Amino acid sequence: MTSAAPKIQLMNVHKRFGHKVVLDGLNLTVGKGESVVVIGGSGTGKSVMLKSVLGLLTPERGSIKIDGEEVIGLGLAARERVMMKFGMLFQGGALFDSLKVWENVAFGLIQGRKMERAKARDIAFEKLAQVGLTAEVGELSPAELSGGMQKRVGLARAIAASPEIIFFDEPTTGLDPIMADVINDLIIKCVKELGVSALSITHDMASARKIADRIAMIYKGKIIWDGPVADIDKAENPYVDQFIHGRAEGPIKMEVKV
Amino acid sequence: MLDFLSTVGRVIITFLVATGRLVLFTANALFHLVTPPYFPRLILRQMIDIGYYSLPVVGLTTVFSGMVLALQSYTGFARFSAEGAVSAVVVLSMTRELGPVLAGLMVAGRIGAAMAAEIGTMRVTEQIDALVTLSTNPMKYLVVPRILAGLTMLPILVLVGDIIGVFGGYIISIYKLGFNPATYLTKTYNYLEFMDVFSGLVKAAVFGFIIALMGCYNGYNSKGGAQGVGAATTNAVVSSSILILIFNYIITELFFSR
Repeated sequence: MTSAAPKIQLMNVHKRFGHKVVLDGLNLTVGKGESVVVIGGSGTGKSVMLKSVLGLLTPERGSIKIDGEEVIGLGLAARERVMMKFGMLFQGGALFDSLKVWENVAFGLIQGRKMERAKARDIAFEKLAQVGLTAEVGELSPAELSGGMQKRVGLARAIAASPEIIFFDEPTTGLDPIMADVINDLIIKCVKELGVSALSITHDMASARKIADRIAMIYKGKIIWDGPVADIDKAENPYVDQFIHGRAEGPIKMEVKV
Repeated sequence: MLDFLSTVGRVIITFLVATGRLVLFTANALFHLVTPPYFPRLILRQMIDIGYYSLPVVGLTTVFSGMVLALQSYTGFARFSAEGAVSAVVVLSMTRELGPVLAGLMVAGRIGAAMAAEIGTMRVTEQIDALVTLSTNPMKYLVVPRILAGLTMLPILVLVGDIIGVFGGYIISIYKLGFNPATYLTKTYNYLEFMDVFSGLVKAAVFGFIIALMGCYNGYNSKGGAQGVGAATTNAVVSSSILILIFNYIITELFFSR
């Protein structure tokens, strides 16, 4: 599954906030055209891992390579060049509420890639159609949309600039089961159609099983299990077993006190 | 005793850390202030927000200050039979002190709070992270337009405020205190020196910078949802108001202590 030059490679990544160790020697690879889903409970380091790859956080130790290029400690210009390869769907959508829906979708094209407004607008409406939204929606402001529609707009924005890698942060959290499945289908469609690599984090097992080629489980800042999605039920790992069946009893103790 | 010392130490360290963060943020903002690209549409929008929409507030504040200044100095100077100095007191206090300080404090409340709330909300809803993933530098997109607008619009506001304030004093002096209009205006004109107005406008530019900087800084570093944004808004207004008063003294000292 993993090709010779992985699209994303995290090696021995460490990140702490004050005395709290969040990533503790994390290793993970995402191959070209592969969809990897990282599962794990709240506060296990999923988001921090994603933000480290995106460069929003800087790990203290370790290496993160995109297409074989080390990205930790890149300068401003080089960082923006690497960013061009990324698309990201945020958990809450993170749409710019001062802009119209189509301007949100076209944002990366106009600001990031200096495309003309008229041309970017056409592409934006095309992408909105791809995620099943009509042209009228494009003229609304994000505040007028339902949660599911905001997720779709976020997805359209993530794919608008034809990225090579798309990150999905809890793509189905906060949606009803039907809308969650619609989003899952859209993710699969986008990933397959565009042939991109995808790295998602979620705690929704139904979503993970559906969109993943490979699943990795994170616990206390480390990947404790990694394998094809078909193998997850016979993982014979008590942590994985507890998580995918959602049991309160098991080796994973919920930290009630923070 | 040790408890006391550790508390003192903690307070000092917290203060130094906060100061260091602010200095780094300021340096970063200044760097982006002098390096292209710029966003003309956003700069224009901020200028209209700060300059045009603050006019009523600044106008009302200065007109009543000018009026009360005329009334108070008249009753005070009447004791020394020095009523003739009213016009000079009004125009000098207005241009040197009250114009810039009152406009600065009013705009700090109006604009500084709005900036902190808007940028803070963008921070906690991940919109700032989204900007980064769309290859747009948030310092350039959010902070630079606001600082530029503050730096340029505050002097214009203060100039207008000076004129309105002097006019307020004139109205009271003529229609209530019975001064001769021609003599009053001649005296106003004769007492006023270029340096009086100029020092006021320099103050205004510095205050505009402080307001935008503190609004952006507090918003940019806010965390923890609605409560965090509320705290950021309060901090922005309080810190910029205090800094305005401190820098008001420093600039006055620089201009007039020779």
